[in-house]
Amino acid sequence: MAQETTVDIHPNHTQTHDDSWNGGEEPFKASYGKLMMWYFLLSDAFTFAGFLIAYGALRFSVNAWPVPDFVFNTAPFGIHGAPLIFVTFMTFVLIVSSVTVLRAVQEGKHENQSGVVKWLVLTVLGGGLFLGCQAWEWTNLITAEGVTVYNNPFSTHLENGKYLSLAELEQEKNLTKVTKTIHGQEVTYFTDPKTKQDFFEKKDHYGKNYAGEAISAGKSYLITYHDGMYMPGAYKNEAGQLKAEPMGPKAFGALFFFITGFHGFHVFSGLVILAVMAMNVSSGFYAARKNGYEMVEKAGLYWHFVDLVWVFVFLVFYLI
Amino acid sequence: MSHAHEHAVPSREQHIKIARNGFLLLLVVTFIEVGFALVGNGHIGGMHFPKILMILVMTGFSIFKAWFIVSEFMHLGHETRGMAMSVILPTLLLVWAIIAFLWEGDAWRGNRNLINNKNKEPLQTKPVDTKPTGSLKLVPAHTVNPNISFI
Repeated sequence: MAQETTVDIHPNHTQTHDDSWNGGEEPFKASYGKLMMWYFLLSDAFTFAGFLIAYGALRFSVNAWPVPDFVFNTAPFGIHGAPLIFVTFMTFVLIVSSVTVLRAVQEGKHENQSGVVKWLVLTVLGGGLFLGCQAWEWTNLITAEGVTVYNNPFSTHLENGKYLSLAELEQEKNLTKVTKTIHGQEVTYFTDPKTKQDFFEKKDHYGKNYAGEAISAGKSYLITYHDGMYMPGAYKNEAGQLKAEPMGPKAFGALFFFITGFHGFHVFSGLVILAVMAMNVSSGFYAARKNGYEMVEKAGLYWHFVDLVWVFVFLVFYLI
Repeated sequence: MSHAHEHAVPSREQHIKIARNGFLLLLVVTFIEVGFALVGNGHIGGMHFPKILMILVMTGFSIFKAWFIVSEFMHLGHETRGMAMSVILPTLLLVWAIIAFLWEGDAWRGNRNLINNKNKEPLQTKPVDTKPTGSLKLVPAHTVNPNISFI
């Protein structure tokens, strides 16, 4: 009895973009696995951004934060005084590994099984080289320079002054003289028995003596370190007060090791994933699949993400 | 199942060209970036560019590299617009968050310097006319730690 009416919910029924959301097809035209890999990478980007924000906010809030060009100017094979060169090399290594994984994915599109394996192996080698470089950087900071999670000998002078020689320190009252063998050499220095502060004649890691040299606010310094002992250089400021170089902001070491360590962990897990991919491809596992080498593409996305994070760690830690 | 791309898969030669050109572009940009950093910080030529310029230029270079890697190497530039936006828009918010907190950190530094400078000022005491009724005493400034820094 009632009149049947059909309501056309698409009055101007042309093929709209929205029809892809009605089910039965992929709205973003990408497979579930690939889409979820993108969203996982987005969530990981949030995590890294959180850490970089913490670093950035603390770094700019402290006057005496060490200047990156001064801290990171060494490289293997005795190279020093070369700011940013080693870390540029590390960036170059990761960029090359991004290109090799891109080639692997491209060869997968042409179903060239041996080509995919070759390029994946090259990517793993590149990533391994990067981790080796990072390990060298850490070893140098920890053993040669004395940066730890709670001690940071890198800092910036906040006042003007002049480094003192041993003879001038001898003139100071209330200081006791100490002679110790450090690193096979006899070193003489002074301590204040009340504050337990040590006063050394400033010598850097290459033996250069700084006694008599001027200090200006804004100049970076590194407290000399050998075998567990920090040797802060003694100086007098413009008001004539005797001081020793204060240790730098504690958070520097903790932030550096944690953030680069977290990134390095991602590089390592990426290497494991790529190695598994290489083995799977080599066994012909993906040749038989309907979506072919898409798994390699997803692993490639993860590897590119690792490279991208490094670009931003490089920016935040070393360039600004 | 639908294919991920609207256009056909490029030939092997085209693929190799994309990889090589991408590599060269990233290499050149990285060298320019590091060169600018070394020049701006005085290691080559002794000039010192203002810090804010360095930060803007360095961040610009990094965002360019990130955009190129995401668009071409990760292929997001060839995916559907909705998918690309669902990734890019939150990432832009992240970039803004980083910039905002660097700015915030600098504001904290300004506050710290203000407090430290105020602490260094000598305490002004006025002579008291009437006999004080309580036990409150004015304490001179030297008992206050002149340098506040928690990290």
